[in-house]
Amino acid sequence: MTQIVDRRLNGKNKSAVNRQKFLRRFRKQIKKSIENVIAERSVTDLDKGEKISIPKKDTTEPFFHHGRGGHREVVNPGNKEFHAGDKIPRPEEGAGQGDGSEASDSGEGEDDFIFELSREEFLQFFFEDLELPNLVKTKLSTINETKKVRAGHTSEGIPSNINIVRSLTGAMGRRIALRAPYKKELKEKQLEMEDLLKRHNNSDQIIVDLKQRIDYLHKKIKNIPFIDTFDLRYDNRIEQPMPTTQAVMFCIMDVSGSMGREEKDISKRFFMLLYLFLTRTYEKIQVVFISHHTIASEVDEETFFYSRETGGTVVSSALKLMSSIIEERYPTSDWNIYAAQASDGDNWHNDSSICKKILGKKIMPFVQYFAYIEITADRHQNLWEEYTGIKSEWDNFSMKRIEKISDIYPVFRKLFKKRIT
Amino acid sequence: MTRKPISETSEWTFELIEQYHTEIERIAKNFGLSTYPVQLEIITTEQMMDAYSSVGMPVGYNHWTFGKEFVNTEKNYKRGQMGLAYEIVINSDPCIAYLMEENSMPMQALVIAHAAYGHNSFFKNNYLFTTWTSADSIIDYLLFAKEYILKCEQRHGEQEVEDILDSCHALKNFGVDRYKRPPTLSMQEEMSRQQEREDYLQSQINELWKTIPEKNADSHTSDKIHYPSEPQENILYFIEKHAPLLEPWQREIVRIVRKISQYFYPQRQTQVMNEGWATFWHYTILNQLYDEGYCNDGFMLEFLQSHTNVVQQPGFDSPYYSGINPYALGFNMMTDIRRMCENPTDEDKEWFPEIAGSNWLETMDFAMRNFKDESFIGQYLSPKVIRDFKLFSITDDDKHRQIEVSAIHNKSGYQSVRSTLSEQYNLGSIEPNIQVYDVDLKGDRSLTLRHTQFQRRPLDKSTNEVLKHAARLWGFNVKLESVDDKGQLVKTYECKAYR
Repeated sequence: MTQIVDRRLNGKNKSAVNRQKFLRRFRKQIKKSIENVIAERSVTDLDKGEKISIPKKDTTEPFFHHGRGGHREVVNPGNKEFHAGDKIPRPEEGAGQGDGSEASDSGEGEDDFIFELSREEFLQFFFEDLELPNLVKTKLSTINETKKVRAGHTSEGIPSNINIVRSLTGAMGRRIALRAPYKKELKEKQLEMEDLLKRHNNSDQIIVDLKQRIDYLHKKIKNIPFIDTFDLRYDNRIEQPMPTTQAVMFCIMDVSGSMGREEKDISKRFFMLLYLFLTRTYEKIQVVFISHHTIASEVDEETFFYSRETGGTVVSSALKLMSSIIEERYPTSDWNIYAAQASDGDNWHNDSSICKKILGKKIMPFVQYFAYIEITADRHQNLWEEYTGIKSEWDNFSMKRIEKISDIYPVFRKLFKKRIT
Repeated sequence: MTRKPISETSEWTFELIEQYHTEIERIAKNFGLSTYPVQLEIITTEQMMDAYSSVGMPVGYNHWTFGKEFVNTEKNYKRGQMGLAYEIVINSDPCIAYLMEENSMPMQALVIAHAAYGHNSFFKNNYLFTTWTSADSIIDYLLFAKEYILKCEQRHGEQEVEDILDSCHALKNFGVDRYKRPPTLSMQEEMSRQQEREDYLQSQINELWKTIPEKNADSHTSDKIHYPSEPQENILYFIEKHAPLLEPWQREIVRIVRKISQYFYPQRQTQVMNEGWATFWHYTILNQLYDEGYCNDGFMLEFLQSHTNVVQQPGFDSPYYSGINPYALGFNMMTDIRRMCENPTDEDKEWFPEIAGSNWLETMDFAMRNFKDESFIGQYLSPKVIRDFKLFSITDDDKHRQIEVSAIHNKSGYQSVRSTLSEQYNLGSIEPNIQVYDVDLKGDRSLTLRHTQFQRRPLDKSTNEVLKHAARLWGFNVKLESVDDKGQLVKTYECKAYR
C-alpha cells in the first residue's frame, strides 16, 4: 500500500543545530573575515547580514587519497581531434582533470568557502566579547523596576491563580476531619444494631430509634461539602524591586575645520559602531551626543551623525559641557558614566592644558571609563601629550590612534574588550 | 488516443499525485519491476536542503560538516546556481521518496518514476544492496545513532564528541569491510547489546594490553611477532576493537560512523548503474504513460527538457565539464542494452552474442541484479556508447614529460577504453590501499599503517592531517609507511600522539 505523507509542516529548521555547530567551529576564521569586511562597509548598513568567506582548506575534512604523480589512466568524453599515440603537454595543476577523488564544489574552484551570515549572527560575532568596563550596580535606580516572584499561597485571589492541588488537599483534610465524629458514632451504632437484631424484632421501638439515628448520621456525613470556599488556595505572587544599572555614554566628536572629510567619516563610523554596540547589548542606556568646534553643543542623534559644521577647535568647550551635563542630569551615585571622544588631536594651543585640568578634576573622578581616539595619520599633537599625562594617573582612561578606516574595528575591539575582573 | 489526460496544468494536488502514482505503479509492475512498498513524502525546499546536506540520511546525527553542507547548498540554491536535486530516495523498507512542494506535476511524476520505482527496485534487487544493507532497519539504526550521540554530547561535552567524530570522519572510507558481510543493524538490538558490548570490549582491550611493556633486548630480535597477524583493511574496526585508551562511549561512536559508512558503501560502488537504471525507467515509464494517453504534450515537453538536462555530458574541454556524468553514462548504457536486445547490429552480435536478440527485460534485470559499476562497465560498455561519448583514454605518467592519448573510439581502442573506464570505477584502485600493518605491543604501542602503492601513485598532502586524527583515536604514535609494488619502503609519515 502506498502512502503519501505531507511532511511540510514538521521538522522546520532541522539544520539549525548543525549550522550553529559550523559557525562555532569556524569562529576564528569568521571573525577575521568580519574584520576585513567591516572596513569596506558603509556606515549605514552595518546593521545587516553579511557575506563571509573563509579559506576552503580549513573547512574540508581530510581523508586519505591519491596525490598527483605516478602512473594513471583516465578516460574522458568528447574527443575531437586526438588519435591514439598523440602526445600532449601536461596541463597545469588542477586543470579539468576531474578524476573523482577531489570533491570540487559546483565548478567554483575558488580557494574560499563563501556563505551568508544572518543579521543576528553577524552582530553576535561582531560584538562578541565586548563590554562596557567597570559597570557596577550603583544605587537602585529611581525608575522602579519590579519583577513578580512567587511567594507561597494565599486564601484570596483571582480564579486563574487557583492552585488546584493545594485546594483539593485542603478540602480532603477538611472532609476527613469533619466526618470523623459522625463516622465514629456510626460505626458504634452499627455494631449495636447488629447486636440488638439478634434479640429484637425489626419493629421494636429500640431498633426503630437506632435506625433513625443511623440514617441521621448518614445524612450528616453526606452533607459535608466536597469543596468549600475556604478550601481554596491561590498562588501568591508579590512584586520585588529589581536592581537595575543605569548607564550613560557621552559621545564627543570634533567637527572642526581641521578634521578632513576622511577623518570625520572615520569618527562617525566609530561612533556608529559604538552606538550600535550600546543599543544592542544594553537595554537601558542613554546616549548623549556632543559635537564641538570652538563651541560645544548637545545635539540629537540625527544631527550628530549627519550634520556638517566646521570652525576652529576648542576641545575644552566640549569637556566643560559634559561636566555640566553630568552635574545637572546624571548624579554619579545613580549613574555609570562613560565617555568616548574622537578628535584629530588638533587643538587651540593653550586649550590642551585646560582640557587636562577639566578632565582630571571634573570628569575622571566621576566616570567609569573614558576612551579617547585620535584620528590622524600624522604626528601626535599637543592634546595627545596632555592626555598621556591623564592616562598615567587614571586607570580608567585609555587612548588609541586610528590612522585609516580599517583600524576602526580593531581599535574598537581593543577599547571595549571584555576584561576579566 | 482519445483518453483524457490526468492533468492539464502543471499544478499538483494530492489527488493528482495519487492518480499518477497509480498509473506509474501499474506500468512498472507490467515491466516486471519488483520493489519495496513506496512512501511518498511531500517536503519543503528547506527540508530538501536539509536532506541534501545530511547526505540523504533522513535522520542524521549532528555535526558541523552537515551544517557546512547546508550553508553551501542554501547559498547555491538562492543564487540560482543550482537546481536542487529533485530526487532523494532512502534505501529503506518502505522506500521513502521525497517530493518537493515547489515542483510542478510533471516533475513530481518524474521523481515518482525515477526514485520510487527506479532506485527502489535497484535497492531491493542489486546484490550489493541485498548483501550489505538491510533496508528494514536502517531508519531505526540512524535514530539510535542520533540519540546516542546526543546523549554523549550531554554527558561528555560537545567538543569531546566533535573531536571524535572529526577523527572518525577522516577515516570513514577505511571503515568498511570489503569482503566480509556485516550483520544487520537494528535499533532494539543495538540498544540492548550496546551495554553488553561496552563491558565486554573494554575487558578485551585490557586483556590485550595487560602486560606491562618490557623493555629488554629480545623483544626486538628476529622472532618479533606481528600484531595483527595479518594486515587489516578495516582501520576503524581495528581502532574500535583495539585502541587502548578509548572510552566505551568513544568506541561506540567509532562504531556508528563505521556502520553508516558501510551502509553507504554499496551506493558509492553503484553510482552509474543506480542512476542509469533509475533514469532509464523514468524515461521508459513516462513515455509509456504518454503513449497510453495519460499525459499531454505540455507534460512531455517539460519532462523531456529536464530529462535532457540530467543526461547531458559536456566534453572534456567544456567549461562545464566535471568528470563523466553518471546519469548520462548509465542511461546510455542501459538504453543501449535494450537496443542491442531489440535491434542488434552485426557489431553487437560480434561483441555481445549472448545479449543480441535476447529478451530485453530479462537481460536488463540480470544486469541490474548482478553487477556493480566496475564490472557493469567491464561487461556491458559497447562500442556504440564509446563512439557516442567519443571516449578516449589518457596515460599520465610522471616519468614522461608529456601525457599520451592511449586509446580512442576506434576498433583497436574499444577494449582498452572499456577496461580503463571500468578500472576508473573500481573503488579498490581509486582509494589508496592502506591497511593496519603492525602494533608495537611490547614497545611504545605505536600503530603502523601500510600504504601499498598502486602504479606508483603517492598519497596526497593531506595525509599528515589524517594521521593526526588516527593518532587521536589510537592514543599513541601512528606511523604510515608507503611501500611500492616491490615492497620497498618509499616514504614514511609519522604522527606523535598528543594528549
